[in-house]
Parts: sequence; C-alpha cells; structure tokens
Amino acid sequence: MMVSLNLECMERSGCKPMHQVTSEGITKTYDKGKSFAVDKVTFEVDKGELFGLIGPDGAGKTSLFRILTTLLLPDEGKAAVNGYDVVTDYKKIRNVVGYMPGRFSLYPDLTVEENLNFFASVFGTTAQENYHLIKDMYSQIEPFKKRKAGNLSGGMKQKLALSCALVHRPNTLFLDEPTTGIDAVSRAELWEMLTKLKAEGITILVSTPYMDEANLCDRIALIQRGRILSIDTPSSVTRKYKGKLYAAKSQSMYRLLEEIRKYDQTQDCYAFGDSLHFTLKDDSGNGIESLSDFLTASTHFSFDLREIEPTIEDCFIGLLRE
Amino acid sequence: MGAVVISTNQLTKKFGDFAAVDSVSFDVYQGEIFGFVGANGAGKTTVIRMLCGLLLPSSGTASIAGFDIYSQTEEIKKSIGYMSQKFSLYEDLTVKENIRFFAGIYGLSDKEIREKGDGLVFELGLQESAKKKVKELPLGWKQRLSFSIAIIHSPQVVFLDEPTSGVDPIVRRQFWELIYAASERGITVFVTTHYMDEAEYCGRVSIMVDGKIRALDTPSNLKTRFSGNTMGDVFRSLARGAARVGD
Repeated sequence: MMVSLNLECMERSGCKPMHQVTSEGITKTYDKGKSFAVDKVTFEVDKGELFGLIGPDGAGKTSLFRILTTLLLPDEGKAAVNGYDVVTDYKKIRNVVGYMPGRFSLYPDLTVEENLNFFASVFGTTAQENYHLIKDMYSQIEPFKKRKAGNLSGGMKQKLALSCALVHRPNTLFLDEPTTGIDAVSRAELWEMLTKLKAEGITILVSTPYMDEANLCDRIALIQRGRILSIDTPSSVTRKYKGKLYAAKSQSMYRLLEEIRKYDQTQDCYAFGDSLHFTLKDDSGNGIESLSDFLTASTHFSFDLREIEPTIEDCFIGLLRE
Repeated sequence: MGAVVISTNQLTKKFGDFAAVDSVSFDVYQGEIFGFVGANGAGKTTVIRMLCGLLLPSSGTASIAGFDIYSQTEEIKKSIGYMSQKFSLYEDLTVKENIRFFAGIYGLSDKEIREKGDGLVFELGLQESAKKKVKELPLGWKQRLSFSIAIIHSPQVVFLDEPTSGVDPIVRRQFWELIYAASERGITVFVTTHYMDEAEYCGRVSIMVDGKIRALDTPSNLKTRFSGNTMGDVFRSLARGAARVGD
C-alpha cells in the first residue's frame, strides 16, 4: 500500500512523500450501491505535477475530486493528499489544498473584494500575503472589486474563483472543469495560468471534457463511467494506440462517411475535424488500397486516404469501443 | 446554394450605450449547417434571441423563414426549433410525455404526434426507454432526444446552442450525424459551439468578436485566409484581441 508506506516513511525519517496525491481502489456508489460514480480508482500524482483527468460528464471526475478534497466520503479504498489520509486527516488536508468546483460557489452577495478577503481570513492569511500568485488574474478583475460577485460575467467569476482557491497558497490545487463552456481564447489563457502555478511548485489536478487540453498536462488519466481507461503521459497514451488509424477527406464528407461505413473491412469511421478517421478490421493486408478501389467503384468524387498518428481523442474513442 | 432562410442587415442591439450586437449582416441558406462561434460575451446569444423573436433589435432588419423579426415573431416561433444544453426536456416526464408535450405546443395533431413520436422513438432506438423518465436516461440520449423533439414540427431552421457540451467523444459524433441528417432533409441548422473541431463540420462558419462578425466563410477558406491549420488557430487569431471579457 503506497499510502501507508509513505506515512511510515514520513514518521520514521521525516522525509517527504514522493507522491502528492494517492488514490488506492477508491470507490463511491450512489442509489444505495446501485450506480458506481467512482469504481476502484487507483493512481498517484507526483509533487509538482500537472495531472489531467479527462472524461465526459458523468465519468466520475467530480466525485473523485470531492473525495480527494474531503468533501465526500469514499465507500471503499484509501486516498491521501500531502501524506494525509482523506478520512482521518481531513482537517489537515483542507489547509493545504485549493479547490475550484465546476459550479460557481463563491458568495454572490459579497463583493469581489469581500469574497477574496473572506477566503483569506478563513485560512488565517491575507490577500496581500500571497498576492504574487493571484496577481495576473486578480489585477484583471480588480477594477470591479466593489461589484457583487453574483453580477460578474462568467469569465470574471472564474478568475475570482481561482483567486479565492489560491489565496492561502495551497500546495495542491484541484480544478473541476475550469474550461467547460469557456471560449477557446479564455481556455488558452487559463492553461497559461496553470503552467505558471506549476512553476511555483503547486501540484495541480485538473479535470476537463476537452480532449485537446490533454496535451498540456504532464500525465493524464482517461476516465469513463467511474473507471480509469488509461493513465500515462499524453505521448505514451497515443503511442499505445492499438492498430493503425487512417484519415479520409473529400468534397462531400457526409457521403464519404456513409461510403466508408459500407465497406465490409471498416471497423469504425467517425468525423474528426476537417476529415474522417477510420480503422480497419485487419491492418496486415493492403486494406487501404482495397478501400480506395471500393470507393472509386462506388462514388464519383475524388478523395484522399492516408495513415495518420492518433490524437488523445482517437485513443479515448478506441478505448470506449473496446 | 438554396433559398435564403435567414437574412440580417446591419442588425444591432444596444443596451444603453453598449452595442451588444453591432451592425451584423449575413445570410444563411436552406439546408445549410451554419456555425456561429465567438468568445464569451461576443454577442452570439443576443443575435440568437433576436432571430428567435425573443428580443427586439435596436436597429437594422432581419427576416427568418420569410418572417420579419419586428412584426411577425409569432410566425417565427412556429417556423423554428431551439435546443440548448441548459434548457431541453422535462426531467420528470417520460420520453413519450416529453414528445407529446412539445409536439402539442407546436400544434401537431394527435395523429401526427402519435406517428412522429413513434418514428422518433424508433429512429433513436429508444423503444425500451419510451416509458422511462427522462432523468433516468444517459446525457447523450437526452441530447439526441432533445434535438429530435426540437425538429418534430419540421421547422425551417433549428437553433442549437452548445448542444454537445460535456458529452463523450462518441456521443458527440453521433449527435453531429443527426445534424447532418436534418440538413440533408432541408432543415437549416444554426449551431454554436466551443469545440473548434465541430466548427470544421459546418458548411460555413461565422466568427463574432466584440459584437461584430469578423469573418464568415467555409472552414477551408477561413484556414487559408488566416493561415491556420485548424479552426482553433483561426478562432484564436481573430478573438485574441477581443476587448470584452466573460459572458
């Protein structure tokens, strides 16, 4: 057991645990045990790591974050943050973690400034003490510091929420879907911010349904229906993709999709950005040439077929199909 | 291209001195999948609310399905469908009850409701779940059901406001296949999304920044013009300088 080993190690020699977060067989059920929100989830996050939990709504990301931030008790398993057990040492954990829930959870009737000062005082600190951590974000909302938080725009609410989660300088930061419903430019800004916080030595766990954000993490866990499908660095996840992946393009994408699906050796074919991605039942033969012949015989438009490197999203789709 | 189904000319909406939508002009054609993207706060929702007859413009003109957005808002509401992730179905009603309810509101006859309802349940493979409450369905099924209900009255245009937020990548694609099928049937699809790969699935994409349409073209033309490999690159290069922050 990783957890107890770390604790023993700390007690004996006073050394720091190498893992900042550990989860060992964590399980959480709802509806009297009928539905598994989190199902035997095991992983570790290293100190200073930027770790992504990638999966759609209902995958169990929020339940897992709530367990790790001591807001929800697991049914089974053990988990620790900063070497503290999530069940027995919950008070200690609350002092060292920052948590930004997916839903806006600040006080809407307090002003921007009041919210920040409130969270600082709860942790026995002041907004000034760790101002360098939040300066980049907070300076953007400071002109509105007398405005009630409930009246801020979505983007500003998020900047305030992250400022409040950082005000006590946590060593571990949990961000639950910080980029959901946020436009592509603001998403890019948030990720730049996370990179800076990582450079400050803060361990970050971030969940997202956007697969393209996976590449910005040191390591990722792909999660679906409470289970981890794969856990590795983004490049290793894509390297482990089984079989070959091909892309197809033509002037009439919807017709091409229908045609490729008609081909009897096609395993899977789906739209992917400006092209189609597909896999074949057997990669060993000259499948792509045969498909090309098939398409030439049955269609009257030009097309382009080629083998490509899979993205994280292709890997996720592949794992879901298994 | 088909007939013009949506046409706006210098459409503007001001709230006080603030021009949420600033002189926007564009046409959308029948059966087109028209992507409507922009940063939070760019004015997308305000445009959609005006086109749906829910909000009067400050100036400019627009027509949808041949109806004027100032004077014929009731006719417009009968000619369009609308779906968003936030408002979709009644969770405590069953699949069948939701179909009956919305089809009834759209004025379909009992016979049409029965026929179209059965067809819809069959197409979505929901036969076994027809009597289940909507809240018991997985999110992806809810979204597909919600879309099918939004077009049950065969509207000329369907507005989809971030329809695929949060669903898994397979479900997201299944949803887009419903969109393609609707477009093949001649329904014009007006869709907003934050997934830039989905912008690639649209026939044409309009990119809104600070209340104005900064670019409108096919994805491939936009990528050429703004030297981007993906629609994400195009969007970021246009929206990065946006003055407005947030929703």
